[in-house]
Amino acid sequence: MALLKRLAEHDREVLPFTLDGQPATGLQGDTLLTAVLTRADALRGSDFSAEPRAGFCLMGACQDCWVKLGDGRRVRACATLLEAGHCVSREPGRTL
Amino acid sequence: MKLSGIVIIGAGPAGIRAAQTLVAYGLQPCLIDESLRGGGQIYRRQPENFKRSAKALYGFEASKAQAVHATLDRLQADIDYRPQTLVWNAEAQSLDTLHDGVADQLPYTHLIVATGATDRILPVPGWTLPGVYSLGAAQIALKFQGCAIGERVVFAGSGPLLYLVAYQYAKAGAKVAAVLDSSPLSAQTRALPALLGQPATLAKGLYYRGWLTAHGVPVHQGVHLQSIQGEQRVRSVRWRQGEQERTLDCDAVAFAHALRSETQLADLLGCAFSWSDLNRAWLPTRDTSGRSSVEGVYLAGDGAGIMGADAAEMAGELAALTLLSDTGHQVDAARSTALQHRLDAIHRFRHGLETAFPFPEDWAANAPDTLTVCRCEEVSAGEIRQTVEQGHWEINRVKAMCRVGMGRCQGRMCGMAATEIVAHASGRDIASVGRLRGQAPIKPIPFGVEVDQ
Repeated sequence: MALLKRLAEHDREVLPFTLDGQPATGLQGDTLLTAVLTRADALRGSDFSAEPRAGFCLMGACQDCWVKLGDGRRVRACATLLEAGHCVSREPGRTL
Repeated sequence: MKLSGIVIIGAGPAGIRAAQTLVAYGLQPCLIDESLRGGGQIYRRQPENFKRSAKALYGFEASKAQAVHATLDRLQADIDYRPQTLVWNAEAQSLDTLHDGVADQLPYTHLIVATGATDRILPVPGWTLPGVYSLGAAQIALKFQGCAIGERVVFAGSGPLLYLVAYQYAKAGAKVAAVLDSSPLSAQTRALPALLGQPATLAKGLYYRGWLTAHGVPVHQGVHLQSIQGEQRVRSVRWRQGEQERTLDCDAVAFAHALRSETQLADLLGCAFSWSDLNRAWLPTRDTSGRSSVEGVYLAGDGAGIMGADAAEMAGELAALTLLSDTGHQVDAARSTALQHRLDAIHRFRHGLETAFPFPEDWAANAPDTLTVCRCEEVSAGEIRQTVEQGHWEINRVKAMCRVGMGRCQGRMCGMAATEIVAHASGRDIASVGRLRGQAPIKPIPFGVEVDQ
């Protein structure tokens, strides 16, 4: 279920991408964080308890919104704009 | 125009005004910024294809934000502007940068460090749940992405941003479930004399607050936020006001207690630090003209102590004028003096704000042992206390022993809170616990970055 709610700027070009292999869409100008969290409620699992995380600071400081792209890069979802064809995957995290 | 060897780090209000001032004197600085479009955080710009007006985005500050943005747009032809570029290390005469996966070294002769701030966070149980964000994050979601962080949002903590962001959310059509201010009303009454020094700013603060009340948003003061509850995401908050405990359903929480300076680069540059009671933090020392303790390194904006965006614009210009003067340029001394006087006035106002929104000094005493303080490494308050019981009290030693502050954010989110817990548990003065040392790379960089030859 979505975490973020769009309040404005609805009229934008639709961009297709995949989220964990499933087809999804976002809007031009969305960050990866926005594109994912307007259709899901987490971005990653934490490194020590695999608890869900969905970012925190949105300004590139907390590093708690990392997702993986198809080319193997790990990026901050809050600071990376969505591009058509992005293959976004979420890492489930680890438990001790 | 000539390439000047002057580098400005940070394209917020301070960095942009510094660049403008240098260009006016015929110099061509390099302006480096980690973000996409500049403007800093408070005047962060929406993506180019968004259509909301400046008024809708920045409210009363629209003309200031537009002026700062227009200045950056005009300057781009005259400066070496490098957006989306991280400065991850700073040494004498050289910076290490990363842009689009490519590492580079940038030599400099003079540096203006304008690295800004992030939210100051006092963790509460449940703060790692999806749906919990910093106040700044909640504002960025709205301003930069046109999104609310949830359907029913609780705003908590303290500081001017608390009422501003709650107001912006309500105004944009979001449901604000409540504003929970940790500071008591009596504190704000006490602060009035100092706040009257900046009547326009005070009036805006009162307006936001009045507007929220008039629109039926519950505002509670003297609140102790006890926990955020939920399993996979936020379901409710629990809070206490006096003897009364209450639970409120919500699906998102935005919280912070004012701001903290980003000081890592100043630290790596070897700048002297001193304790600031006002900021409750160790800060790089700057003289009234913007000089750091290191020759050729200047400090401007919130990165060297929280003063806000108006002060950042002035401090950016002032630091640039000082740099120009130090390098033999004839500058208008009267202008520098006028800027210093205006900064002094804002500094007095800042003292008033601290009285109005006092730091909750009982936070550490009330933090339960099970509270996750460090969200990267998942270190609890109890583990920090155990480390103190083993005889450690200096924050870098505590970090070495229990890994608090050692994760990917390098203590940006938890460092201040960890220091509070160590000070309380060891019975020491907060200043004597020390500060987390800056460490390069100051943000994570990919292993095996390309190097541009």
